[in-house]
Amino acid sequence: MIGLGLVYALAGAMFLGFAVVTLLSRRDARRWATALLWGLVSVSFLLGDVIGDTGNGIVAIAIVVVAASGRTLAKHQAADESVAARTVMAMRFGNRLFLPALLIPLAALGGTLLFKAVPGIVQASNATLISLALGAVLAALLCMIWFRPGPAAPLKAGVRLMDGMGWAALMPQMLASLGVVYAASGMGEAVGHILGYVPTGGNLFAQVAIYCVGMALLTALMGNALAAFPVMFAAIGVPLLISAQGGNPAAVAAIGMLAGFCGTLMTPMAANFNLVPAALLNLRDPYGVIWAQMPTAVVMLGANILLLYFLGFPS
Amino acid sequence: MFVLFAILVLLAGLIARINPLIVVLASAATAGLAAGLSPHEMIARFGGAFNANKFVTAVFLVLPTIGLLEQHGLQERARQLMAGLKGVTLGRLLLIYLFARQLSAAVGLTQLGGQVTMVRPMLAPMAQAAAEQDEAEHDPEHVKAMSAATDNIGLFFGEDIFLAIGSILLMMGVMKGYGMAVEPFHLSIWAVPTAIAALVIHGGRVLMLDRRRVRPATEVER
Repeated sequence: MIGLGLVYALAGAMFLGFAVVTLLSRRDARRWATALLWGLVSVSFLLGDVIGDTGNGIVAIAIVVVAASGRTLAKHQAADESVAARTVMAMRFGNRLFLPALLIPLAALGGTLLFKAVPGIVQASNATLISLALGAVLAALLCMIWFRPGPAAPLKAGVRLMDGMGWAALMPQMLASLGVVYAASGMGEAVGHILGYVPTGGNLFAQVAIYCVGMALLTALMGNALAAFPVMFAAIGVPLLISAQGGNPAAVAAIGMLAGFCGTLMTPMAANFNLVPAALLNLRDPYGVIWAQMPTAVVMLGANILLLYFLGFPS
Repeated sequence: MFVLFAILVLLAGLIARINPLIVVLASAATAGLAAGLSPHEMIARFGGAFNANKFVTAVFLVLPTIGLLEQHGLQERARQLMAGLKGVTLGRLLLIYLFARQLSAAVGLTQLGGQVTMVRPMLAPMAQAAAEQDEAEHDPEHVKAMSAATDNIGLFFGEDIFLAIGSILLMMGVMKGYGMAVEPFHLSIWAVPTAIAALVIHGGRVLMLDRRRVRPATEVER
């Protein structure tokens, strides 16, 4: 059965390729540290399941030291093809250029449905990620056949985007790990405990507001609504809103989770949604996407409070 | 309670603009200290979590393809496509994308979108082209940021309508622990009002982009 091991082997090979390409194609002083950085990420992918928790911790720390050393990721020389040349190619290839790009999400989608319908080929729980990886390989092969750009071209094109993102590319995994450490250290309980002391005087609206704001706040701190939900549901949802006020349990749970999603929009801790796109789009402000989301997130949090208050308590 | 100092370390480090990767390690160490872990236990716990979360970095497997396509004119093609669609303003483009993203996420197609696979190669260049076709001035940084924001918002406030998404399953599991038996349908139906609110609120914001960029012209007339 195909599992995450395949995805990790592919990713490990890709990052190893990034390291090799960096060493071979660049002549500047920063190529050594840059190659070391992607090499370490490759070690994490290829050997992570072998070297144990302590080994992985040392690799993670080494990645941070190298990435923060300021000796990596020097700017690449201008792209080989100028804007004018790319515009001509865009005219020539036309809308077919979208096909390989669309193939990746469609493969992820189709693979997820297929592997769930036909069990036994791929681990069902990881079908989406495995399909995404297979789609990426398929699309890369398609581009290789179509453009004939030379064997190292995909790695060079990939590492250019990777270097452009810099440290932001590593933040999702680092912050997800931090969230795990927070959760294991009792962060959720501590915040839930404090919010439980906020006086509401038995006022339903105040309790609904604290529940929703608390859900967003805890999500913003942990970076993940799924980590915040059990804590806030236990601290305020069950004892106050459901048991004492007679709220509809499904409404309290579902709208509480969505209030948490408002927190996800407001926090750098949710790096894959908020920091990675800012880096991918070369925004000057690494928090630019968060600022763009902030007005929507704040109004949506208010909307969720009102929805739960007016719809969740049949009396 | 001492674990809350970890948050202070995180905030102080980010505000002081220290490299965020170092801030993360420092904050994790503070949390571990508060939980009474030895340095070795801290490294092991962070390492275990780091290894278990590799899958978030695996998404960059799509970068070689995206990079190759961009070298062969993908972003320019997205712009040319927009140039052919005269009636599609920036606001309307983002509104259509928001609605399509919510709708497809609501029926479980959460993969049709995403920052690496859709926003960077296609949506953001189309949004920039739409903004440039307009005569009024606009901030390209804000156009790009709103493209990314619209993808996130469409996903978050669409996916919970789908029955088999992770958050619904988690809610069912937690509620079962309290003896509350609910069907996925009962939870997903409660995501509909919020989804409509998100379409109205964020949809209104992106449509305002068109109006705001017209304003300088009217001010000149005055």
